[in-house]
Amino acid sequence: MSTEYVATIGLEVHAQLKTKSKMFCGCKVEYGAEPNTHTCPTCLGLPGALPVMNGEALRLTARAGLMLGCNIPEVCKFDRKNYYYPDMPKNYQISQYDQPLCLGGGVPLHDTAYPKDAQKSIATPGKVIRLTRIHLEEDVAKSFHLESTSGIDFNRAGTPLMEIVSEADIASPEEAFAYLTALRQILVYGEISDADMEKGQMRCDVNVSVRPVGQKEYGTKIELKNLNTVSGVRRALAFEIERQIELVSKGVKLDQETRRWDDDRGETTLMRIKESAHDYRYFPDPDLLPVRTAKILEAAKDGMPELPQAKRERFVTQYEVSPYDAAVLADDKALADYFEEAAKGSTKPKSVANWIINDLLSALSAASLDLSECPIKASYIGELTTLIEGGTISGRQGKEVFAEMMTSAKAPAVIVEEKGLKQVSDTGALETFCDEVITANPNSVADYKSGKEAALNFLKGQVMKLSKGKANPAVVGEILAKKLA
Amino acid sequence: MSSFTPFSSIAETRRLLRSKELSPVELIESLEQRIAAIDPKIGAYIERDVETAKKEAASADLTKPLGGIPIGIKDAISVAGQPLQSASRILDGYNAPYDATAVARLRASGAVPFGRLNMDEFAMGSSTENSAFQLTRNPWDTGRIPGGSSGGSAAAVASGTALATLGSDTGGSIRQPAALCGCVGLKPTYGRVSRYGLIAFASSLDQIGPLTSTVEDSALLMNALAGRDPHDSTSLELPDEDFTAEIGKDLKGLRIGVPKEYFVDGMEPGVRSAVDAAIKQIESLGAEPVEISLPHTEYAVAVYYIIATAEASANLARFDGVRYGRRSNEAKDLASLYAKTRAEGFGREVKRRIILGTYVLSSGYYDAYYLRAQKVRTLIRRDFDQAFTKVDAIISPTSPETAFRFGEKTDDPLKMYLADIFTIATNLAGICGLSLPCGFSNRDGVDLPVGLQLLGRPFGESRLLRIGHAYEQATEWHKRRPLL
Repeated sequence: MSTEYVATIGLEVHAQLKTKSKMFCGCKVEYGAEPNTHTCPTCLGLPGALPVMNGEALRLTARAGLMLGCNIPEVCKFDRKNYYYPDMPKNYQISQYDQPLCLGGGVPLHDTAYPKDAQKSIATPGKVIRLTRIHLEEDVAKSFHLESTSGIDFNRAGTPLMEIVSEADIASPEEAFAYLTALRQILVYGEISDADMEKGQMRCDVNVSVRPVGQKEYGTKIELKNLNTVSGVRRALAFEIERQIELVSKGVKLDQETRRWDDDRGETTLMRIKESAHDYRYFPDPDLLPVRTAKILEAAKDGMPELPQAKRERFVTQYEVSPYDAAVLADDKALADYFEEAAKGSTKPKSVANWIINDLLSALSAASLDLSECPIKASYIGELTTLIEGGTISGRQGKEVFAEMMTSAKAPAVIVEEKGLKQVSDTGALETFCDEVITANPNSVADYKSGKEAALNFLKGQVMKLSKGKANPAVVGEILAKKLA
Repeated sequence: MSSFTPFSSIAETRRLLRSKELSPVELIESLEQRIAAIDPKIGAYIERDVETAKKEAASADLTKPLGGIPIGIKDAISVAGQPLQSASRILDGYNAPYDATAVARLRASGAVPFGRLNMDEFAMGSSTENSAFQLTRNPWDTGRIPGGSSGGSAAAVASGTALATLGSDTGGSIRQPAALCGCVGLKPTYGRVSRYGLIAFASSLDQIGPLTSTVEDSALLMNALAGRDPHDSTSLELPDEDFTAEIGKDLKGLRIGVPKEYFVDGMEPGVRSAVDAAIKQIESLGAEPVEISLPHTEYAVAVYYIIATAEASANLARFDGVRYGRRSNEAKDLASLYAKTRAEGFGREVKRRIILGTYVLSSGYYDAYYLRAQKVRTLIRRDFDQAFTKVDAIISPTSPETAFRFGEKTDDPLKMYLADIFTIATNLAGICGLSLPCGFSNRDGVDLPVGLQLLGRPFGESRLLRIGHAYEQATEWHKRRPLL
């Protein structure tokens, strides 16, 4: 990005909530079902049908609010947002206008939330992106276009959506990436949403403007649509900011417009120029009474999960892993759970973390496996480190056992037994080997005694060879040193 | 074959059914004969599905409170498998796939829904002249309107072509036609009867209620209709209530409020004298009339036409030709599909109110109209709250005049809106109201029914029914029949 300009970015994120039923009726929420199989008079907007609130959706949104540090007012209400659209059955959307469920709050951006290649050059570490509000609304149906007609699938109509609106605090494509990553983490941690952008569970509209450094007024706000991945958001913003700067620096006055991101071509194209602001004629939905939030809040607090940030800090203190390792582990809740399970059976959790981060993650990615498909039980990693720490097997043998676990999914102890990998630490047996090696290598013995430390390593290697690699090298070193002292 | 006697009450008919003097199927058949003979002159019914009704009657459980009793249904209330149009062309071809909760509850009490009754389109009107289908005539003078919007529901009961009917009341749509046709109409407290399945006009004001020939029948229907419905968030959980429980009790010690704002100059003299006489009658039965004031009454009509139209503008947005009902053949694209379907499908009054409602919600006008109207609505509600600390019920005329002639007010919407001047505040306050016959006023040589309105505090229906019943038993008005 040019240094003479700054970008101002705000995000509106829509996340699908993990509820069993829709926002205002009892229809099942199921994606990919046969079109129009999960509908009823209410979500089809039939004459006379009425909405009834889904308490679980309120609870999950309140939980998101709590996890993001929002203020939850005593009362929230639902409003009608009026506009005509074929995939909106009532031609108004039930949403929340001036009294949303959550106000304020923020998303802290931790280092590992940034794209890998940008983690070394974070402009403002520890930055928190403030939230304006979180509100709850119903999703619309999905229309699709056939050869000569159009169809509407109402399965999605009325499913609960949470809209998270950020302040325009985001200053770069990398921060936008980190914001979405950190936000998603929290939603997944709270079991609020699966928040997978690629599956449409999390959708995001971006507003971006640029202005010269030092200028107070914001530049012309441009909205970007069709952003389907977190990295796509980063790419789209990088392109759009450059595009805007190029035009603005030539003195071109930008129009307020909505642009579509084309990920294949890597560019944004004009969708529509924003005319006058839409008048949605919001008014309180008379079919729904205002909601007192006290009970919802209580339910949301019950079983509140640990926040990612708290988990990272706990990993550092409880398991003595490095802050970076803690972040890598905690970034993915499933991985964090795997780590904790593995650490339970280990005498050295730090090396559990090393095995997971260095060996397991690369082995999984090499095999194109997801953690949920990992053949190695978490407790086996713990057992493996205990075998190494206790001297039963060497670190090198550990690698062999690990590789075997990946293919056979067997317990490490079983593999050690089957392969006969047990390290020999029995001093009696090792002393015999040592005596043999000392007798057979008088030159090296003499070298060592004359002060050449390296000679001891040679002798140690001979003992290892003799033991077919099973000898515990540390113990061998001790015995040799003693005998040659 | 035995047949039912026109104008007999539910209570009497139930006795005939239970003693097997009349079978439920015979009841439907003889009722249909009566309708076929009389209704062409009245036009209360849009349509009847006799075969379905007979089939349902054949399996009616006579041990239930309304076992085998046919009930006529206003065209705004869903009956599964039957056409439903709110008397509008925009719903041409639409069949309700589900029962309104009110209808389901009637069925659960053994009743048989029978016949679609005419109304003002989308319940917008006070004369039923806004129906897209037909005129409904007042049984007492077929040159006059039956009132509205539940004109068909009232005219059917008043002409002896229905034992009882369901109507809906948003600003007087049950009580005003009941008054003008000479039958009993009850608007329950908001939240008492589920609105699920009632085509919404103004959601914060709409309530379904019964139209009957006696006060006792009204109570019997309320026993079936009232109750919390999980499908309607605005319906309230209350202990089960027997609405007939207070019927037969005397009026000693009850204080009846007479609001001075409801007895103003310009009222039809025959209405004034009938209501004055009714107040004396109720006093002679032991109740004490007390003058009260409802100071914000004069704003009720204005507030109503802001709130009701605002809500209607959103409620009626779903009728767009995309999913059901009428779709214009002229449409070239999506925008013209909406525009042409709605232009062809809605009548003048409906369009007027959609435009009005859209306007009052528009940015820049919202605060001045909608928000302000909501504030005044609170003041109107407070007027009633205060009054009910002093009195058990409020008494007034239901309508300032008796039935007017066709076309008399169609050119002047404001004049038409004022027909509901005494009923509108009830809905704004969410309280309950009963209208019952209290005499006749002679206009152009014809005696036309006058309605007496009794208003009660929230969930005070039983008290109103008690007062209404005591008055009814002491008078003969409800026994007079129109000559047909």
